[in-house]
Amino acid sequence: MTMRAINLRIGAALVLALTAIAILSLLWTPYDHTLLAVTQKFRGPTAAHWLGTDQLGRDVVSLLMAASVNSLTVAFVAVGVGGTLGTLLGLTASAFGGWVETAIMRLADLGFAFPALLFAIMMAAAFGPSLGNAILAIAFINVPIFARVARGAANQIWTRDYVLAGRAAGVGRLGLTLDHVLPNILSVLIVQATIEFAVAILAEAALSYLGLGAQPPTPSWGRMLNEAQTLMYLAPQLAIYPGLCIIAAVLGFGLLGDGLRDISDPRLTRARA
Amino acid sequence: MQVFLLRRTFGFLLTIVAISVIVFLVMNVLPGDPAVTILGIDSTEDARAALRASLGLDRPMWLRYFDWVWGAVRGDFGTSYFFRVPVSELIVERLPLTLSLAAFGTLATVLLGITLGVIAAANHGKIGDWAIMLLSQLGIAVPAFWLSILLVLLFAVKLRWLPPGGFPGWDEPWLALKSLILPTTALALVQSAVLARVTRSSALEVMRLDFVRTARATGMTRGRILRRHILPNALVPIVTIVGMQVAGVVTGTIVIENVFYLPGLGRLVFQSISNRDLFTVQALVVLFAAIVVTANFLVDIAYVLIDPRLKGRLA
Repeated sequence: MTMRAINLRIGAALVLALTAIAILSLLWTPYDHTLLAVTQKFRGPTAAHWLGTDQLGRDVVSLLMAASVNSLTVAFVAVGVGGTLGTLLGLTASAFGGWVETAIMRLADLGFAFPALLFAIMMAAAFGPSLGNAILAIAFINVPIFARVARGAANQIWTRDYVLAGRAAGVGRLGLTLDHVLPNILSVLIVQATIEFAVAILAEAALSYLGLGAQPPTPSWGRMLNEAQTLMYLAPQLAIYPGLCIIAAVLGFGLLGDGLRDISDPRLTRARA
Repeated sequence: MQVFLLRRTFGFLLTIVAISVIVFLVMNVLPGDPAVTILGIDSTEDARAALRASLGLDRPMWLRYFDWVWGAVRGDFGTSYFFRVPVSELIVERLPLTLSLAAFGTLATVLLGITLGVIAAANHGKIGDWAIMLLSQLGIAVPAFWLSILLVLLFAVKLRWLPPGGFPGWDEPWLALKSLILPTTALALVQSAVLARVTRSSALEVMRLDFVRTARATGMTRGRILRRHILPNALVPIVTIVGMQVAGVVTGTIVIENVFYLPGLGRLVFQSISNRDLFTVQALVVLFAAIVVTANFLVDIAYVLIDPRLKGRLA
């Protein structure tokens, strides 16, 4: 098995495990993650609490499990909304060309000037920090990325013979886009979405760590790290687990995305072989 | 060449203007009434009216925008509502720390990233290559703020070699540098992971080209081929990534300053959010976005200067 095949499998395994844990935590966690038991605080790992308890006596495993739902939901909504909007813009740019294309792509360039963090800071200052604003900020950075990817891939499809034939036969831009362009660029978009999923999970963690994302009592790996940082001398282990979860999630989606890209682009495989 | 430079410069200035419009719209127009944002929803109408009058918020929107831009051009970003001093004063006070952190971070990123990338490429397919690629795969997935926490746990809490955070000021240069070691390391380790990958694949691509084979046939040593032929030609994609990473390092400083309690612009922006100091946040967001755009602009220019193929075409 090649290195890349191994990477793809590791990525797929991590993503599957994470999704399974998130779904499981909706039905069952060892304890109620909102259950406070201050007398039980800062317990080490025991049979009852596998990873111990936090400063409020909450079960760490339950918290981590519940936070995985938050991570995945934020990534799904943000990449979904931003990716759809960006793809629409990219397809429009490609279908019309000319000044429409130029205008859309210039707008996309402008979008790159605002990293998610800056956008989230603006939103937090204007509307107050919230998970919704964090999702908006992450969705926003996905728009120009998907606009570029969709337009680049779509432009190639528009030069294919069967599309030209369709145009000659009088099929409209919308029809051609829906029938031929979109289905043919879908795999590229899915690969990009997988990679952006990793970026989104990382961004949500950072924003929540900084207090711009999930607000209490919503469990979030980033916010758990924020709380753990003030307790570093008392309970350093609390600063370890959420970070490992973030790495596993980001690594999983990153490896899966890279692996899928290698499969969907045979040109790359040959060049690297 | 001149035409190219002029066009790029024009585009650059246009982007800056567009940024100022967007920031102004998001922070002043979308929320409705800035007076409510600053004073909170519990404030009385009298207090809001007084604030509006004192900040000039009762004037037409476009007039406020032009006043703001005209002020900003002359270095006047208005007065901080919380600190009661000019925002420019706050910025000047904190800029040196942020700039040093960004400069150290970029320098360490470039040194580490290119070195690791070249080592990996030179040992293509061997254990060194695998180890570096594995590390960089991890580095991309590690959040910088968590790496910071781990560094603090090890070097400050456990070993007690370095301070866990804070900044003593430049009056004590040795202590100041010491307190920047961990923040710089956290920034650079994460950022150099991407750079190492790009350097490796770019160098590998050049290694396959004919002129490298020819150079090898003439009996040149590996090191000399690497320095004279491979690196200069591999540099173009590397510079692109470095430019994007300057943006990453600059926004990275915002996060890192908050992890290590460093009194720079990144910390100021967060204090200002909790202080509801709208105009300070507005100035800082524009400043950070402008730095990002400027970095990309400079990369575009550097592109032409280093790419041997582009130089001939644009001359």
